[in-house]
Amino acid sequence: MTPVAVEHQELLPINHEHGSPQVLQFLSFTLGNEEYGVNILRVQEIRSWEPVSRIPNVPSYEKGVVNLRGAIVPIIDLRERFNLNYAEYTSLTVVVVLQAEFNGKSRTMGVVVDAVSDVVEVDKNSIQRAPDFGTKVNTLFINGLASVNERMLMLLDVEKLLKLDGIDDVDLNATESKN
Amino acid sequence: MSIDMAQFHQVFFEESFENLEVMESGLLNLDMGDVNSEEINTIFRGAHSIKGGSGTFGFTGVSNFTHLMETLLDEMRDGRRKVTQSAITVLLGAVDCLREMLLAIQNEQEVDANAIDSYRKSLETELNHVNHSGASDASPVTRDIQAHQPIEPLSNQAQGWHIAFSPHLHLMKTGNDPIRIFRELGTLGELEVTVDLQGLPSIYNLDPEECYLSWELRVTGAIEFSDIEGIFDWVEDDCDMAFQSYSDKNALANQSDQTDLISVAGLASELVPVDVSSLPASLSIVSAVEKPVEQVLEPAKNSSTTTEDNRATVKGSNSIRVDTAKIDTLINMVGELVITQSMLSLIGEHFDLTKLDHLKNGLAQLERHTRELQESVMNIRMLPVSFVFSRFPRLTHDLSAKLGKKIELKLVGEHTEVDKTVVELISDPLVHLVRNSLDHGIELPDERRAAGKPEVGRVTLEAYHRGGNIVIEVRDDGRGLNKDKLKAKAIEKGLIDKDASLTDKQIYELIFMPGFSTAEQLTDISGRGVGMDVVRRNIQALGGNIEIISELGKGSTIAIHLPLTLAILDGQSVAVGDETYIVPLVSIIESINVTDKMLNRVAGKGETFRLRGDYLPIVRMHQIFDIKTARAKKLTEGLMVVVEGQGMRCGLFVDDLLGQQQVVIKSLESNYRRVEGVSGATILGDGSVALILDIPGLVRLSNQ
Repeated sequence: MTPVAVEHQELLPINHEHGSPQVLQFLSFTLGNEEYGVNILRVQEIRSWEPVSRIPNVPSYEKGVVNLRGAIVPIIDLRERFNLNYAEYTSLTVVVVLQAEFNGKSRTMGVVVDAVSDVVEVDKNSIQRAPDFGTKVNTLFINGLASVNERMLMLLDVEKLLKLDGIDDVDLNATESKN
Repeated sequence: MSIDMAQFHQVFFEESFENLEVMESGLLNLDMGDVNSEEINTIFRGAHSIKGGSGTFGFTGVSNFTHLMETLLDEMRDGRRKVTQSAITVLLGAVDCLREMLLAIQNEQEVDANAIDSYRKSLETELNHVNHSGASDASPVTRDIQAHQPIEPLSNQAQGWHIAFSPHLHLMKTGNDPIRIFRELGTLGELEVTVDLQGLPSIYNLDPEECYLSWELRVTGAIEFSDIEGIFDWVEDDCDMAFQSYSDKNALANQSDQTDLISVAGLASELVPVDVSSLPASLSIVSAVEKPVEQVLEPAKNSSTTTEDNRATVKGSNSIRVDTAKIDTLINMVGELVITQSMLSLIGEHFDLTKLDHLKNGLAQLERHTRELQESVMNIRMLPVSFVFSRFPRLTHDLSAKLGKKIELKLVGEHTEVDKTVVELISDPLVHLVRNSLDHGIELPDERRAAGKPEVGRVTLEAYHRGGNIVIEVRDDGRGLNKDKLKAKAIEKGLIDKDASLTDKQIYELIFMPGFSTAEQLTDISGRGVGMDVVRRNIQALGGNIEIISELGKGSTIAIHLPLTLAILDGQSVAVGDETYIVPLVSIIESINVTDKMLNRVAGKGETFRLRGDYLPIVRMHQIFDIKTARAKKLTEGLMVVVEGQGMRCGLFVDDLLGQQQVVIKSLESNYRRVEGVSGATILGDGSVALILDIPGLVRLSNQ
């Protein structure tokens, strides 16, 4: 038992030294024809879509809340959040449960996406700054762009994505309408 | 080992704080002049267990301090001393001081040595008081408190000297003999010699020509330092020594423990700065001299931080003391639950339809046990409100003396139980309210007499259950709230319009506005007008509300309504379309079917219905929550749930009632946000989430 453990421990740091500073891992998923990625360290789990309890008087992209092992977790529809066209939920529709820290408190939230595709490794240096997309997508949420196998991956900023409270919303709406 | 001790520390602190409370209430109950020895015994016992415990754990400062209190109490108990107001005040001060000391130790903070020293001085003064006034006993307690004032380091006015004397091995070879030194010291005053045999080797290794012993010497009397120095002149280079003047027995008792903060603070200033460098001093002596000096500096640095500030950083105690009876019930129930479970699994093993009745019975039992278990687990968190109330007799005692008022405090229903969280959070707002009553409510004795009231004002603190709430009332028979004055003040401050017409209730509400105070004079007790809005905010944060009833000249009552527990709620599930909501049962008055005859429209818009002569506004759930699947759109088709929230009644229009159940409150905000009209969420039996309605919020929402 012990020698194996030691070997393992020795292996890990080497791996890390190799990879971690330059290479980041992203979970990629699709929304329509577009491909997005979130830092895999932010992903708690991936679930199939199940009906939510609606919350009254909130923006329509906030679909509602579900019971995630005793915790009340809100579900956000990313298509609606990004003003993409509406799609029926199918058996492939999944919910990616994400975690982010706000003021030292961790917050969990689920986002509805069309389908998850892959875990990809992205070289840190190859990430480009996001250009201004104009009206279509709010670039506020986009941390950068990366190209993976000739496809463009939009890397999302999970912290900004999960921020919903009052003032922030006003800001976002303002930029949206300006755009 | 250290972990174990820390564990015991916690218990010791808890017990000590309880003992302090016992002592405090005992002291407040003491009748002046009339010695009830049982009462004093109770106080004495409290002090004694603190002394014993602190001694065991090595909190010497605490035990020495308590010893002084004990001496005083002992004399009272034996009737050698009269119970005077001043003695009680001093003892109460000492109780405070002990509490501070214990808190400081508990939080591993620096003790405010100056404050403690002043308390100790007043204790000693009190003790002295009797000694000088001709008491016969020769208790060797205090000689002169003057000497206890920080004196100049080289002052010669000491009452005695304490000398640590440890000669080097070769002392005898230099022709000196400790015995001769002691004899000479004896001529200066009363000499007490303690020998330390630690350095003594076994008889086989002993060299008779070497000096292995060291001594602690105490010389009592008004002796000049130079005299003592003269005696040790010859051996100065051949020994380690330290001199210290002392002024009383207590200080002496402390000397053996130099790390003790309290004794040190008092003594360090009196330490004669023996030139350490000139002596080839051993480590122990160096540390004995240096440590106190550091510690004198520490308190000086900290002295600007007040005790109030220290309180704010007190570690929250996360333990809870539970009545063993409660735990026994719990264990009983778990036992029964296990039996039921094994019964059910037995049925399940060879199940056929003939056993259906058995199964149903078993399930019913399981349900009952689960509910009972839940109740008794919740019960563990319940504490009597006396935990909060117990501090008020003291507060009243102190404040009434300070304000020159005569006030009697009456506590009713201290045994009412409420959740621990609520107990902890309610205490600050309550202190504020009681202070207000004492300071603003109750008039000065003259004023009361002029108003034809008894001179002694009365403040009542009462707790009782009502529905699922606990109600805490602060009642006084003072001057009451002056509506005109409140209104004038509010207009002056621009809080309301000049010609606004307000109901009594709305006027009283004004005092909860930030920055509102009608007190003519600001005192350090209250009147800055920052308090009441904070009080209300705190109480609302607990899910409670606060209301005021007052009559000018007769007094006022402030009632706080709080939920019993913050974790579980009795709820009524209601259906609107395909959505389920929970209405807190406490806010439901009744549910009715309305008929066309009962319905009215106010100004063509606001809908109302008449219920036994009252017109109540209607809140349509499907409208304000925009529920498209709602079945009942006409008011006569659905159900009207009459609810009450913050003194306002209204009808909540829903499709149907589903059932009553206890629900566990889950926060929406931890992962999400605050939603208007919703106080939280819960998980239903089928695993789905239902929102718990916030009735006052809903009313506000529908008014928008």
